[in-house]
Amino acid sequence: MNKFKERMFKGITYTASLFTIIVLFGIIATLFSEGLPILKHVNIKDFLTSPNWHPTHFPPDFGILSLIVGSLVVTAGALIIAIPLGLGSAIYISEIAGPRAKEIIKPIIELLAGIPSVVYGLFGMAFLSPFLIKAFGIPSGLNAFSASIVLGVMVVPIISSMSEDAISTVPRNLREASFALGATKWETIVQIVLPAARSGVIGSIMLGFGRAIGETMVVIMIAGGAAQIPKSIFQPVRPMTAAIASEMGETVIGSPHFHALFGIAIILFIITFITNIITEFIFLKKRK
Amino acid sequence: MKSSKILVLLIIGFVMLYFIAACVQRTNRINTAGSTTVLPIVQAAAEIYMQKNPKINISVRGGGTGIGIKSMINETIDIGNASRKINKRESDLIEKDLIETAIAKDAISIVVHKDNPIVKLTLEQLKKIYSGDIINWRSVGGNDKKIIVISRDISSGSFEVFNEVVLDSTMVKNNAMKLSSNNAVATAVSYTPGAIGYIGLGYVRNELKVLKIDGVLPTRETAMNNEYKLTRFLYMYTTDTPKKLAQDFIDFILSEKGQKIVEEQGYVRIK
Repeated sequence: MNKFKERMFKGITYTASLFTIIVLFGIIATLFSEGLPILKHVNIKDFLTSPNWHPTHFPPDFGILSLIVGSLVVTAGALIIAIPLGLGSAIYISEIAGPRAKEIIKPIIELLAGIPSVVYGLFGMAFLSPFLIKAFGIPSGLNAFSASIVLGVMVVPIISSMSEDAISTVPRNLREASFALGATKWETIVQIVLPAARSGVIGSIMLGFGRAIGETMVVIMIAGGAAQIPKSIFQPVRPMTAAIASEMGETVIGSPHFHALFGIAIILFIITFITNIITEFIFLKKRK
Repeated sequence: MKSSKILVLLIIGFVMLYFIAACVQRTNRINTAGSTTVLPIVQAAAEIYMQKNPKINISVRGGGTGIGIKSMINETIDIGNASRKINKRESDLIEKDLIETAIAKDAISIVVHKDNPIVKLTLEQLKKIYSGDIINWRSVGGNDKKIIVISRDISSGSFEVFNEVVLDSTMVKNNAMKLSSNNAVATAVSYTPGAIGYIGLGYVRNELKVLKIDGVLPTRETAMNNEYKLTRFLYMYTTDTPKKLAQDFIDFILSEKGQKIVEEQGYVRIK
């Protein structure tokens, strides 16, 4: 009886892990089998380097450069905001704050991660965007800049909690040795603790990057949706995720537009795949 | 051991209950999806209809005209709501004919920020603004201010009708913002001083200023007699053998009571 139980347990867990792998490969296969046919309608150079995205016009233009640039601009903006805030709060929580302050601040930052993205989107649309028009005198509030701010706030808890984990696993004797040599707290944190926690911190930033570039609802609601290469950060952009999500509804299955959207998904997949590999590589190196 | 047997029995019981419930539900359910322009009418009508017939459950989803028609083609819904006629590409995909019922009329209103001094535009000026030939309000008699052009996303029926009537196969300029719903456009225009956008008549609010197009203001009367150019019918699509319930719901919207709902939601009645 016991032996049977043991074997069944083994079987169930094995099937479960197999299942996720099958699903993953299924998704990748669909992505490529639906996305590659776009190359029959447009050559790969035009697809990747033309900024003109007019998929429903006749004749259509399938250039996704402006969508790729849109994604990269908002993601870079989000990281510029989230890295200092996330890393700063991680250092404060793990190195400077007393146990009382730590107990209060940590859950609050983690609470940010639990807010659904559509709520962030509403906040950006109804509050942030009119506020930016008044504060900066910019002509429009739905643009790459406002999307970056909101995405940045969303990424803060990821960078903060993961970096905090990495920093707190740095052995205490490293810090004590540093203090013993006469280093101040600031010097210890910047020159000893952070380099020691380097891989965890970089990993958290990579994860934040993945979250920001894959976020869909917020950019649909706040980025403005204009498929153009922005001349400034105050212009609207149309990130890849926003294009896929808001256009999939109108496409006829099997049409060039449909394949083009899957083509965008392939590019997005490749970008996140590469970031994941880099992250994995950093962690592997650390373990050795 | 005994408790696990009871658990298994309980689970089987629940699964059976679920299937029975699903079967019962299926017969008393109407699924609709599609245009966000038609959505307020269907939602309001569904609420009143379900109050009168408490056993019937109507599910109302948005998603855009394209989704409504696509779901009709895949037969995942009973009624597809559309703010435009089905196009050639879509009708080629089905062998059966879909039945089209016009349920209301809508006027696409051109709106600007309430502080904008402009009161009227011609169709030609509107076309030039959206294609990028006119970029400053000064060129159409307004203040020296950049025009922020707001369009709808391409899964919306409003976008297609606007393209057909106003743009006449010219492209919308690349840097025009494309927002995903009538409400998003209305909100953005209400707080963006240089903005221009287009929304369904039902979404016009006090913070927005509606422009005269070719000298005509969009109202119920001008939409009904076709004086206002940017008008369109709103449709419900069913298969050629609609469920009795679905047909009954459409008849309800076409009745005096239903048309009153249409009017209450800010659209134009057709009967």
